[in-house]
Amino acid sequence: MHLARRLPLPVLVAIVGVGALLGLLAYGVSSSGSGHTLDNALAQGRRPPAPAILLPRLNGGSPASLADYRGKVVVLNYWASWCVPCRQEAPLLERWQRRISGLGGSIIGVDVLDLTSDARAFIRKLHLTYPMLRDRDGHTQQRLGISGYPETVVLDRRGRIAALRRGPVDDPFLRRAVLPLLAESA
Amino acid sequence: MSRRLAALFVVLAVTGPAAPALAAGCPKTSLPEMENEVMCLVCGVPLALADAPQAQRERAFITRMIGHCRSKDEIKAELVAQYGPRVLALPKASGFRLAAYLVPGLTAVAAAAAIGLVAVRWSRRQRTRSREIVAPTPPPFDPVDTAQLEAELERYRQ
Repeated sequence: MHLARRLPLPVLVAIVGVGALLGLLAYGVSSSGSGHTLDNALAQGRRPPAPAILLPRLNGGSPASLADYRGKVVVLNYWASWCVPCRQEAPLLERWQRRISGLGGSIIGVDVLDLTSDARAFIRKLHLTYPMLRDRDGHTQQRLGISGYPETVVLDRRGRIAALRRGPVDDPFLRRAVLPLLAESA
Repeated sequence: MSRRLAALFVVLAVTGPAAPALAAGCPKTSLPEMENEVMCLVCGVPLALADAPQAQRERAFITRMIGHCRSKDEIKAELVAQYGPRVLALPKASGFRLAAYLVPGLTAVAAAAAIGLVAVRWSRRQRTRSREIVAPTPPPFDPVDTAQLEAELERYRQ
């Protein structure tokens, strides 16, 4: 109160202005998410819970939530039709879908920052049968700390993040990350 | 064969003049104009500055829309339907995005107010100083002069 009386008005206005700008900056930084936090948690052997994600299906119909897949091992693959490595890894993911779908697991594709028509053509061309969701503006990526394409997050049966692959997946990664989880109970 | 040619001639005669008329009716939307108003979402820069694969797809989509005679607003609406509102270079003036318009405006107003206040105070100070220069305090009277003056005044009082 005394300080406010002593300070001249322009200085007060400047302080309030700078404070507001700093607040905006802090909000921007905090809302941009941090992928490193997830990497660190996984490196320490922890399994952080996956964020609540609700996305529309690429082929229309009711939106799907990650919670719908609770009890299953989920391989959540972020891809886009314009991403060349995504095209290369997709057949492997399709093979793994056939391999794990009867064992309580599922590959789920999330098409990001893509044109619907291009994404559908991609799926048709590569004969992909696993469920596909659509994140048109990439907002769920931030929650998972995903920063590139493709990236894959593996969830255990309790909906916790158990593994993360930045870049295209390969057979050894899927064996290492998925097979032990299939043996776990929910 | 000649019938087919005749049919083709008839079709061209009917649609030929219509095509330029249709093109003339198209809204004047150009790719460079659109590129400055939408973003490449992967790169985080306006489309005009981007060359990423996603940007190329976006560009091809806009070109297709222009070819379909869509106006700038219609193309923007299509892009928002495909990529969400973040695709627009200028955000909508609602919710937190309103800050993009309010913060610069309020900052400018606050800066103008601060400059005005400083200017008013400075001019007041200058005025006070100038008064001080125009009307300096007179030096004290010399006691001898004072006594002499008093004596002369006494003479008049009598």
